[in-house]
Amino acid sequence: MFPAGVLPLDVVLGVVLYWFGLGLAGLARPGSLRFVSRVLFPLSVAGSTVLAIAGIAAVPGQPDTVVLVLGLPDLPFHVRLDALSAFFVALLGFATTGISLFCVGYFRHGQGTSPGLLCLQYHVFLAAMVLVLVADDGYLFMVAWETMALSSYFLVIASHRIPEIRRAGFLYLLLAHIGAIAILLAFGVMHGAGGDYTFDAMRASEPPLFWASATFMLALFGFGAKAGLLPLHVWLPEAHPAAPSPVSALMSGVMLKTAIYGLLRVSFDLLAYQVWWWGVVALVLGLLTALYGVMFAAVQTDMKRLLAYSSIENIGVIVAGIGLALIFRTYDNPHLATLALVATLYHCVNHACFKSLLFLGTGSVLHATRERSLGKLGGLIRNMPWVASLTLVGALAIAGLPPLNGFVSEWLLLQAFLFAPGLPNPYLNMLVPLGSAALVLAAALSAYVMVKFYGVIFLGQPREPALADAHDAGGWERAGLVWLAAACVLLGLLPLPVIQLMDYVTLPLTQFAIGDTAGRAGWFLLAPVSADRASYGPLIFLLGIAGAVLVTFVLVRKVYHGRIRRAAPWDCGYPAQTPRMQDTAEGFGQPIKQIFEPFFRIRRHVPTPFDAQPYYAATTEDRLWHWLYLPIAQLNQRIAAWVSVLQHGRIYLYLLYSFATLIALLLFVN
Amino acid sequence: MAPWIQTVISQLAQTLLVVLLAPAMLGWVNQCRAWLQNRTGPGVLQPYRVLGKLFHKDAVLAHTASPIFRIAPYIQFGCMVLAASIIPVIEADLLLSPAADVIALVGIFALARVFSSLAAMDIGTAFGSLGARREMLVSSLSEPALLMVFFTPLLIAQSTSLTAIADALAHRQFALYPSLAFAAVAFVMVLLAENARIPVDNPTTHLELTMIHEALVLEYSARHLALIEWATAMKLTIYCALGIALFMPWGLAAAADWRGVPLAVVALAAKLVVAGAGIALLETVSAKMRIFRAPEFLGMAFLLAVLGMLIFLLLGA
Repeated sequence: MFPAGVLPLDVVLGVVLYWFGLGLAGLARPGSLRFVSRVLFPLSVAGSTVLAIAGIAAVPGQPDTVVLVLGLPDLPFHVRLDALSAFFVALLGFATTGISLFCVGYFRHGQGTSPGLLCLQYHVFLAAMVLVLVADDGYLFMVAWETMALSSYFLVIASHRIPEIRRAGFLYLLLAHIGAIAILLAFGVMHGAGGDYTFDAMRASEPPLFWASATFMLALFGFGAKAGLLPLHVWLPEAHPAAPSPVSALMSGVMLKTAIYGLLRVSFDLLAYQVWWWGVVALVLGLLTALYGVMFAAVQTDMKRLLAYSSIENIGVIVAGIGLALIFRTYDNPHLATLALVATLYHCVNHACFKSLLFLGTGSVLHATRERSLGKLGGLIRNMPWVASLTLVGALAIAGLPPLNGFVSEWLLLQAFLFAPGLPNPYLNMLVPLGSAALVLAAALSAYVMVKFYGVIFLGQPREPALADAHDAGGWERAGLVWLAAACVLLGLLPLPVIQLMDYVTLPLTQFAIGDTAGRAGWFLLAPVSADRASYGPLIFLLGIAGAVLVTFVLVRKVYHGRIRRAAPWDCGYPAQTPRMQDTAEGFGQPIKQIFEPFFRIRRHVPTPFDAQPYYAATTEDRLWHWLYLPIAQLNQRIAAWVSVLQHGRIYLYLLYSFATLIALLLFVN
Repeated sequence: MAPWIQTVISQLAQTLLVVLLAPAMLGWVNQCRAWLQNRTGPGVLQPYRVLGKLFHKDAVLAHTASPIFRIAPYIQFGCMVLAASIIPVIEADLLLSPAADVIALVGIFALARVFSSLAAMDIGTAFGSLGARREMLVSSLSEPALLMVFFTPLLIAQSTSLTAIADALAHRQFALYPSLAFAAVAFVMVLLAENARIPVDNPTTHLELTMIHEALVLEYSARHLALIEWATAMKLTIYCALGIALFMPWGLAAAADWRGVPLAVVALAAKLVVAGAGIALLETVSAKMRIFRAPEFLGMAFLLAVLGMLIFLLLGA
C-alpha cells in the first residue's frame, strides 16, 4: 500500500506534521475564506484519507514504536502504533474525511474567529487527537490531551462575541480539566515508585489491589468527564449547540472516542489485571447514562442539544459494553468478553459515522434557515432533498434499525448480554439480563427521539414562512454527507470484514478473537458465538425487504392501477388549520416528560384568568445541576469568601504575609 | 427434486400462507368480537372485500405529501412479509430463518413502525403527529417487555434463533415450565399493545382523543391504506404464530418431511382459531384505558416477564 520501507507509524506521524503545516499555512492569509476553505481544507481531506488507510494497514501489523527527539531533556516522547491505536486512528481518519469534505463548503464569513485562525485550531485539534491515540508514555499523552482540550475549546467559542457561547466554552474547559487532573493522577498511581512514565513500565508494574482499583476509578472519572458519562455530562449539551456544526461533529463523533480509547487502554492494557466489580461499576454507570441521555434527548427543543444528549446515550451504551467485557474477562469467559468488546468497538465506529452525519446535517439546516430551534423548522424535505434523505439514513441508523449499522452493534451487545447467565455469581446472573432490558429501553427511546428529530425538522409543513427560501446544501457539503451515509450503510450490510479486522485489536486485550467463528456460517451471515445460537444476515435482510417491496409494487400496479389524485389534507371538518397547529417539539416530547417526570426538574408558568397578557412556559432542566453542581459551586464561593478576608489589595499587607510565611517556614525548618 | 428446490418451495409456501391467510385471521377476530357482542358480524372474509375495494380506488394524496409518505406503506408491507418468512409457522427450519433471530425480528417491527410514524408526520396535520408520538411511546415501552418475554425461552434453548427455540421447546420432555407461564401472560399483554388492540388502543375507534393507530393512517387512502391494513393483519397473525411457536410449538413439521405438513397445517389452523377467539374475548371483557395508563400496563408485562426469568434462573424450570 505504501512504498517499501515506509511504516504506517511514519505515515501517521507524517500526517500529524502535515496537519500542523496546513494549520500554520492558514495563518499566511488569515482573512481569506476562499484560500482556507477551497485550498487548505481539500488538502486536509487528503491527509485524513491517508491516515485512514495507514490505520487500517497497521491494524494487522506488529506494534511499532518510535522515540521522538521532541520533549524535555531526558524525557523524550514515546510513540507506539499497535492494533488498538491503529483501529482508532483509522476511525479518526475515516470520520474526518467526511467532516473535512463538509468543511470545504461550510464556513462562511461572519463574526468571530477569522478563517485562518479557525483552520489552525481545527488542524491542531486533529493532530492532537492523533497524538493522543499513538502516545506511548503518560507525558506525551497528557500534552496531547491538553492540546486537544484547548484547541477544541477555542473551536467551541468560534463565535465568541455571544456571551452564552463563552459560558458554554468555559464550562467545557472546566470539566475537561477536572477530568485531566483525574487522568494525570491515574498515570501517577500507575507509574508507582519507578518514576518511569512510559506505558511499557506501567504494563510491567503490578500494583496492589487497592491502587489498581483507584487507578481504574480515576480513569473512569477522567475519561468519563471527556466522554460525557453521568454525572459529568453537563458540558455536552452546552458546548455542542455553541460550536460550529463541523466542530460538533468532530467533538461528538471523534473526540469522545479518544476518551473511550483511553479507558480501554488503561483498563485492558496498562493495568495488569482486572477486578469484576470494576465491570459492574462501568456497566451500571453506562446504562444509567444511556437512559438519562435518551430521556433528556426526548424532551429537547434545540436540535443540536438533542443530538448532544443522544451522544451521551451512545457513550453510555459504549461504556456499558466495556463494563460487560470487564465482567466476562474477570470471570474467565474470553469468548463473551471479546464479543462485548467487539460490540463496543463497533458502536464506536458507528457512532463516529452517524453522529457526525447528523451534526453535519444540522449544520446544513442551520445555514439554510438560520434556525436551531425545532419549533421553528419543519417541512424541509421539500426544499432540501439531499440533506433530508442523507440525514434520514443517519437517523434510522442511530435509532438502531436493521439493516443499518446501529443495529449491528446493538445486536452484538445484546448477544453478549443474553448469554450472560452462566456467570459464577448468581446476583450478576440476574442483574445482567435486566441490564439488557435497560439497553433495549434506551434503544427504543432513541427511535422515539429520532422520529421526533427527523419528523419535526424535515417532515410536516414549514412552521415559519421564511423556511420557504431554504436551499439545499452545496456540492462539498453533500459529498461529506454522502461519505458518512455510505459508511452507515456499508457498516450495516457488511459487518463481517470489520469484525475480522477487530480480531487483531481484541487478541492482545482478551487473548481471544471471534472473527473466525463469526464468519464460519458464510460471508453474508454474522454468527458471533455459533450458527445455532444466533445469526443475522443484513444483506439477506435488505434483499428480503427490497424484494418484497418491489414485488408488491409491481403486483399492485399490474393487477390494479397506480392512479393518484392530489387534494388538501383532511382537516377533520375544521378548515382554518395553520402549520402552527402541528405538533411542536415540546408536544412530541410531552409523553416522555409525563412518564419520567421524577427525572426532570420542570418549571411551568401557567397563566391565570386575570393575566392581561397570558402566556404559558415550561422549562425542563437537569436535576443534577441542583443536586450536584450548584452545591459545589456554592461551597466554592463560600471558601472563596473566607479566603477573601485576607485580600485587601494593599501592598504592605501582602508584604506582611510574605514576611510571616518566611518566618514560619524558617521556624519550621529549624 | 433437489433439496434446495424443496427448501425454496417450502419457504415460499409458508410466506404466501401467512400473507394470504392474514386477513382471514383479522376477520376471525372481528367475527368473534361481533358474536360476543351479540351482533351477527360481517363474516370472516370481510377484510378481503375491504382490501379489494381499497385497491380499486384512486389514491388521494395531500398536496404536501413527500416521497416518504408514498413509500412507507410498501416498506411496512415488505417488513411484514420478511417477518412472515422467518418465523416458524408450518416448519421451523426455513431458508431465511438464519438471516434474522428474535432480536432482528423486533428490529423488523421497529423499522415498520418508524416508517409509519414518519409518514404520519409527513402531511403536517395535528392528528398525524399525535398518532406518531403515541405509537412510538407505546412501542418504546413494549419493546423491553417483549425482549424480556423472549428471555426465558431463549435461556431454555440457549439460542436466540427462532428455529432453535421452537425446536428446543417442541422436543422437550412434556414438562411444565412455570417460568414460561409468566412469560406467556406477559407476551399476551405485549401482543395486545403492539397490535393496537383494546385495552391499549381500539382498532375500530374514530374518536380522535383515543386514537393511536387510526390517527397514524388518517391521511391514507386506497391502495396505500390497503397495504397498511394488510400489514396490520399480518402483524397480528405473525404475533399469534410467534406466541404459538414459543408457548405451544407442538405439531411443527420437521425439516424436509412432507408427511408432517398436513398435520402441521391443521394444528396451526386450530391454534390460530383458538388464539383469535381468545384475543376477541380479552378485548370484549376489557375496557380501553387512558393513554397514560399504558405505561403501567406494559410495566406489568415487563415485571411478569422478569419474574418468569428469575423463576427460571432460581428453579431451573
